[in-house]
Amino acid sequence: MSIAITGGTVLTEDGLVSADVLVTSSTISGVGTDIPIPGEAQVIDATGLTVTPGLVDLKAHLREPGHEEAETIETGSRGAALGGYTAVVAMPNTEPAIDSLSLVRDVRKIAETALCEVVPAAAITVGRKGELLTPMGELAAEGVRIFSDGGRGVQDPAIMRSIMEYGTGLHVVTGGTPVVLALHCEVEALTAGGHMHEGEWATRLGMKGQPREAETLMMSRDITLARMTGARVHLQHISTAGSVELVRAAKAEGLAVTAEVATHHFTLTDAACANFDPVFKVNPPLRTDDDVAAIKAGLADGTIDCIVTDHAPHEPHTKEFPFDLAPPGMLGFESALSIALSELDLPLERLVELMSTRPAEIAGLGDRHGAPIASGNRANLAIIDRDRTWTIDGQAMASRSHNSPYDGREVTGKVTHTIYDGDLVVADGVATK
Amino acid sequence: MKDLLTIEQIGVDGINEIMHAADSFAEVCARPIPKVPALRGKTVASMFFENSTRTRTSFETAAKRLSADVMNFSASSSSVSKGESLRDTVETIEAMGVDAIIVRHRSSGAPEQIARWANASVINAGDGWHSHPTQSLLDCYTIRAEGRSFEGQKIAIVGDIRHSRVARSNIEAFTLLGAEVTLVAPPTLLPTHVEALGAKVSYDLDSVLGDTDVLYLLRMQHERMNQALVPSLGEYHRAFGLTLDRAKKLPESSLIMHPGPMNRGIEISPEVTQDPRVRVLNQVANGVIVRMAVLYLIVGSAAADRAQEVSAS
Repeated sequence: MSIAITGGTVLTEDGLVSADVLVTSSTISGVGTDIPIPGEAQVIDATGLTVTPGLVDLKAHLREPGHEEAETIETGSRGAALGGYTAVVAMPNTEPAIDSLSLVRDVRKIAETALCEVVPAAAITVGRKGELLTPMGELAAEGVRIFSDGGRGVQDPAIMRSIMEYGTGLHVVTGGTPVVLALHCEVEALTAGGHMHEGEWATRLGMKGQPREAETLMMSRDITLARMTGARVHLQHISTAGSVELVRAAKAEGLAVTAEVATHHFTLTDAACANFDPVFKVNPPLRTDDDVAAIKAGLADGTIDCIVTDHAPHEPHTKEFPFDLAPPGMLGFESALSIALSELDLPLERLVELMSTRPAEIAGLGDRHGAPIASGNRANLAIIDRDRTWTIDGQAMASRSHNSPYDGREVTGKVTHTIYDGDLVVADGVATK
Repeated sequence: MKDLLTIEQIGVDGINEIMHAADSFAEVCARPIPKVPALRGKTVASMFFENSTRTRTSFETAAKRLSADVMNFSASSSSVSKGESLRDTVETIEAMGVDAIIVRHRSSGAPEQIARWANASVINAGDGWHSHPTQSLLDCYTIRAEGRSFEGQKIAIVGDIRHSRVARSNIEAFTLLGAEVTLVAPPTLLPTHVEALGAKVSYDLDSVLGDTDVLYLLRMQHERMNQALVPSLGEYHRAFGLTLDRAKKLPESSLIMHPGPMNRGIEISPEVTQDPRVRVLNQVANGVIVRMAVLYLIVGSAAADRAQEVSAS
């Protein structure tokens, strides 16, 4: 079985070029203008379209096991595929938390039939309680590369120090590559009772705020401990101008630190909470125009390594609670690329770096995801119509939940096809299974 | 006016409309039988997700004087948060057939959310730290009843502004009507980004008193001490309480107001509660009158016609 993508603009090592791409079973078998197309090949006419490596999401919540009413690995992976993703890292804040070998194996087993590669991250601490270490060595030997307490940070600095120290010894079981500690930076004592950004809007709305300093204070601690221990640290969903500054300084110093930002943190601000719609409740919270500007600058100058969705489905009725009682989180898979194309003034090559190449490298997936399109690579691809204008519809998404903050927003750029491991999983904007 | 959610939503015109209607109901309340048939056949649901005997009683009295039927619903937020969403709860009550829902909720914004889902009118009886428009309207009515125009009035709001819906609504209302509002509190009891509220700020009550037309005291919650926001209620009283000495510095013509219930010995000294400038009981009485006006304008259809009917009757 082969697939021929003809007439498109293809992102290769030499940049964007006009070429056909031939996929044979799970491998890219040819890239060029005069490659022979076998008669039995399924032909995708990509005239006017752009062919890129499949996207890779370093941070998503798939809710299985435990909250299958909100999302499952199957529905989540379908949404991801529709958004052009061929790999997603699933956060371990499930129920139970993914903190053991058997749970990692369970998730991988369920994910065998998924529409993209689902890579389970494992919890850093047992039950994500911030107290006891998970069997990080065994998990690393099993192939886990991303460790995260997903949605929470370890509050105790002595425990975090110990985790970092322990992690630096694990390259002996991974064959050399360091494990990545993906950290959620939040001093919970400063955010307790808060439900949105601490700023003028929270004051007007009579809501307790979550100050920026809750993030930057913890980030300073974690960077300090990374300097002390030599740990490989990845900073999750940074949301403030001060955080961008901290990452910039840590990188300038030469620390092994990377950072990500979620699409909503360069698109929306706390003003979106003005009508008390919990769809706009997220953690870390939507900040201000100044933070958005600093994040955009960090994306442009390379300070920020990747864009994530932080896809966080919640059953519709849970977003019909009062703002302070509703759970935080937003859908992201099916809107992320369109939002990035519409909101960021960056060349496509840089966007692919942010949404595919770098996240693939950080997650240890670089052998099969994220590389420029070349013969011999694994066939994980997205085809994008960069000129298509469409309106985001939360209800129409593949997710079991509908909490898209972009519902009704007009965007330009849409994923039309996704090829995962040689399979056409999305064709003309529709999932094939 | 379909709903009453915040002062900002109704604006100066809304405030004035309610003040005028309240004048008619003041007259009704002065009658031997203080009751009119204006809302006969209408059903008003009082949904209190947070306890408040005073506000609830005031609304119920107002509704009954207008001959509306009152349906009572009580729910602690904790039992509701076990599973039933706010929308489920409201749709259940609405399905019983109600014309208006009076909502008190500990969560900021709950009335606004309910208004989006309900066909019935929604009246905010206080939400979180956000808004308490009928308290603010009765306060405005009380000041207006003294024959004062708001233009240029100097109003000081003293106390726990940070956690106060009354303060937020009154800052909006007093400012909209042309008064000059000063917030007086220690920094820990002011909201962060207080500049967003558009009022002056002082940490020094003594320097403000001499030039104050209305001194509005807020209730100090005992729990603030445990949150390390003030060292002690004693220190609070000494710095921000209306003591006898401070009352002497307050101009003779000024008014002393408080939304109740007063903590004697904390925000006000016991002996000052008897000061002739205190208007606390007027506020309570005006609460019924103003809430009658609000219910009447919101629940009664063809509001203008009915208003004439009432004043003619």
